[in-house]
Amino acid sequence: MTLKALMLGCAAAAMATVAFADEDAVLSIEGETMVTQAAAPAHMENVDTVYSGWTFRTPETQALQLDDFDNPAFVFVDQALELYETADGTAGKSCMDCHANVADFAGLKTSLPRVEDGELVTMTNLVNECRTERMGAEPWKYSGGQMSAMTALLAHQSRGMPMDVTIDGDAAPFWEKGKELYYTRVGQLDMSCSNCHEDNYGVMIRADHLSQGQINGFPTYRLKNAKINTTHGRFKGCMKNIRATPFKEGSPEFKALELYVASRSTGLSVESPSVRN
Amino acid sequence: MKSYVYGIAFACAASVVHAGETAPTAVQFDEYGAVPVSLTGVAGDPANGRKVFANRKQGNCLACHQNAELAEQSFHGQVGPALDGVASRWEEGDLRGIVANSKMMFEGTIMPAFYVDAGYTRPLEKFDGKTILSAQQVEDLVAYLLTLTD
Ligand code: HEC
Ligand code: HEC
Repeated sequence: MTLKALMLGCAAAAMATVAFADEDAVLSIEGETMVTQAAAPAHMENVDTVYSGWTFRTPETQALQLDDFDNPAFVFVDQALELYETADGTAGKSCMDCHANVADFAGLKTSLPRVEDGELVTMTNLVNECRTERMGAEPWKYSGGQMSAMTALLAHQSRGMPMDVTIDGDAAPFWEKGKELYYTRVGQLDMSCSNCHEDNYGVMIRADHLSQGQINGFPTYRLKNAKINTTHGRFKGCMKNIRATPFKEGSPEFKALELYVASRSTGLSVESPSVRN
Repeated sequence: MKSYVYGIAFACAASVVHAGETAPTAVQFDEYGAVPVSLTGVAGDPANGRKVFANRKQGNCLACHQNAELAEQSFHGQVGPALDGVASRWEEGDLRGIVANSKMMFEGTIMPAFYVDAGYTRPLEKFDGKTILSAQQVEDLVAYLLTLTD
């Protein structure tokens, strides 16, 4: 009994120490300073401060995000800009025909996912709605190359703005569902998102430095697979790692989870497109 | 009779339980979560237990625990307590219980149960109905952990 108490005490002490590569590191991109730590929103009962995933990366990975010229994600953002200007579908229109200035999308990423006509919609849903309803074009695959590049371009227009999704009103039931998923243990390893990203952020899990699993930097370029990674792609990867059958990208479950996780990122600057290992 | 038939059917479905081994659902935990009796009756092999401990596809215990005895492995996790001297703190039965299903001793722990094959939510199909480790791998691990004294 005493032994157990002693041991639990040790484990708790280990968890209380949040180790960063450099606690005071400042993320300043092209002269603009990002908010990488903020007071946690009131709905988060077990966390005082929220931290951008950037905070937990090595100095080498962090450095890649300081300058857009060094940030490998911009190759894809540039490709998306070309797609933006290219007509597609039976209506013979490009995105630019309706949205002359891509910069007008500033602020959009901070508020997504959001409820429209009783349905929870993500940036991906909005893009595909334009493609199928207004352009007469085929929808893009949820996390395919074109869609991840396009959402990176659109999210990038909000860089530096604080995440601020709506969680009350019609959004409440979706948010509750996402919260439930966040705390549900799944897979053969029987873990929930919170086990790693709430109870253990700041510590090493083998070679990985656990972050809070925030999505303010998404879509993100990962050095591991050298491409743009979407939120649903990341959720899927984390579920597979705990040997759970992931939900489908674009599924109601992942959209609800995205809303809930976005609400945990409240106050952190949008960093899209960020760089991760 | 009925439960006897089910017992057999289950053991077949899991197809990992060999003759003479205790099936995952039949493991007897005492009130503290310890399992005093060997799962196989075959003495554990500490050398193999050491491999199971480090192997990412088997125990992957290093994901969460530091262990100075495995200094040649480069990444040791910090999610759980360091296991240096663990055999001076716990007895064989405790260690077997902790590895088989640590939730019996540490309520709500993040540590996976290595010898449980049922009751999971949405397991990946290829792991459905399976334990993470075989009974003998658990015994090998316990034998290895018993070498970690102060
Ligand atoms: C076994 C531990 C574990 C579990 C459980 C887990 N993750 Fe992760 N997650 C990681 C690791 C390791 C990384 C990579 C390092 C980091 O950013 O924490 C990661 C990264 C992430 C990231 C990227 C953060 C960034 O800044 O790039 C997000 C988002 C995320 N996880 C969300 C989730 C969600 C949602 C769940 C539940 C469905 C979940 N994770 C479950 C271990 C886990
Ligand atoms: C995902 C994390 C994780 C993994 C993987 C893991 N453990 Fe643990 N382990 C813990 C935590 C956390 C504790 C502390 C109990 C608690 O408070 O939850 C613990 C406790 C223990 C203890 C008691 C430690 C002491 O010093 O008193 C032993 C022994 C142990 N683990 C062995 C193992 C072995 C052997 C493996 C691999 C087969 C393993 N663990 C895999 C997280 C983990």
